[in-house]
Amino acid sequence: MKIIVDLNLCQDHGQCAIAAPAVFRMNDDGKLEYEEIAEESRRAEVEEAADVCPVQAILIEG
Amino acid sequence: MTTPHVVVVGASLGGLRAAEQLRARGFEGRVTVIGEERHLPYNRPPLSKEVLADAGDNDPGRLHGRVEFRRKASTADVDFALGVPVVGSDLARRELRLGTGERLRYDGLVLATGLRPRRLDLPGPVQGRHSLRTLDDCVGLRAELAGLTEPSVTGERTSVVVIGAGFIGCETAATLVKRGCDVTVVEPFGAPMERVLGSDLARAVQRHHERAGVRFVLGASPAAYVEDPTAPQRVRGLRLADGTVLDADLVVESVGSLCNTEWLDGNGLDLRDGVLADNDLRVVGAERVVVVGDVARFPNPLFDDVPRRVEHWSIPTETAKRAATTLLAELTGSAPDPLPFAPVPSFWSDQLDLRLQSFGSPGLADEARLVEGDLDRLADGVLLTYHRLGSHVGTIAVNLPPARQRELREEFLARTPAIPVSA
Ligand SMILES: Cc1cc2nc3c(=O)[nH]c(=O)nc-3n(C[C@H](O)[C@H](O)[C@H](O)COP(=O)(O)OP(=O)(O)OC[C@H]3O[C@@H](n4cnc5c(N)ncnc54)[C@H](O)[C@@H]3O)c2cc1C
Ligand code: SF4
Repeated sequence: MKIIVDLNLCQDHGQCAIAAPAVFRMNDDGKLEYEEIAEESRRAEVEEAADVCPVQAILIEG
Repeated sequence: MTTPHVVVVGASLGGLRAAEQLRARGFEGRVTVIGEERHLPYNRPPLSKEVLADAGDNDPGRLHGRVEFRRKASTADVDFALGVPVVGSDLARRELRLGTGERLRYDGLVLATGLRPRRLDLPGPVQGRHSLRTLDDCVGLRAELAGLTEPSVTGERTSVVVIGAGFIGCETAATLVKRGCDVTVVEPFGAPMERVLGSDLARAVQRHHERAGVRFVLGASPAAYVEDPTAPQRVRGLRLADGTVLDADLVVESVGSLCNTEWLDGNGLDLRDGVLADNDLRVVGAERVVVVGDVARFPNPLFDDVPRRVEHWSIPTETAKRAATTLLAELTGSAPDPLPFAPVPSFWSDQLDLRLQSFGSPGLADEARLVEGDLDRLADGVLLTYHRLGSHVGTIAVNLPPARQRELREEFLARTPAIPVSA
């Protein structure tokens, strides 16, 4: 599955990194880093990350 | 019953998540979401922040597009009936009465009607009085701000009075002062957001706002709106109980909320403060009815067994998961969740250059401890923990790096009384 984060919207809340730490993390500068492709087995946690993003910046494709 | 029909009342975050979670759990029956607002579900937090901050395009459709929740493929066949209030209900007969006069039967019901702002019953003109909960409220406020700032014949700044120094009031004040308005916050009780932040942090946040130009009038009660002599029915100021008059081209009342539960009257439910539910979000005194979001009053074993409502953005999503499991167990005989439902309340608030992030329920605490940072330099980062009878019930971080959120949340859980946690 493909993950797209709209970085114009993202405000580095870090909620996604709590929900799906294997896919999203906050770097030392407080900025989001994420995997653009995630294993199908991680779908539930990636969907959870998209749900809890306060600015709804995460889009899952496929 | 071959294909049960679930009706969700309220088409905001809680209602949307409830529909999604029913589908995520394999429910294939009909799902109808009924909402009083004419918009598909959208995100409210930006209404006091980004959306209010920008002075551009005020077309409601395009603004809605900026905050609308994405529609998941799984809910493509969910029916949304928008612009339709539910005006009454007979839960024993499993029947709702709609504003259109129609009656609607259900097999399972999700209550997700949230809150509306409490309004002040003050004498005086009505034009220029606002509250902020819905997109349409925000459009109205933006339209008036645009009208007031545009001609700027007098060269004066638009003066705004915000009544109520809760979170939405303080965010609104911060956003409008950044837009160049002259902002005064009137609060009859303590320091801003004091009930949640505790007095030390509340006063520090107040000083931070004051340095940015927001004025606070604390301990003062509003008494009447003052009319604009040149425009009858238009607000020109706010008179306080002591006779002081504050200039105001417009006023935002943010003095708390009322629960949208009138449509449930007459069913024998406990509606004293939202809808009373058990720990599985099952409405007490009704069958096949669950409740989610801001209007749900349920006990959280993370703290104690007292049912409470929690007005945080994270709660509709968390309660929808549990409520969907509970409702489907009643409707289809699927397995209920055996673990206690103990979500970690969490909220954020953006004000000026500050981001406050909270875990747990600091509002329950009798003591706040400053763990990191300097209260006079909030922007550089502070951390407080909150305790009730010595046990840790909440954490608030201001401007701490987001990378630390996970650790703060986990630390909170680790130090909270050992009750099994379901998530
Ligand atoms: C301006 C603003 C800023 C916020 N900022 C933050 C923030 O920064 N952080 C945070 O954690 N939380 C924030 N919140 C709180 C968060 O938005 C709420 O917790 C969340 O919206 C609750 O969702 P809900 O679905 O339970 O209720 P609501 O969003 O209140 O939705 C209830 C819906 O039900 C509809 N309805 C009501 N009665 C009926 C009826 N009889 N028939 C049909 N439909 C009906 C209403 O029209 C409404 O659309 C903010 C809220 C506001 C208003
Ligand atoms: S939760 Fe949303 S805003 Fe926060 S870092 Fe993740 S994508 Fe960005």
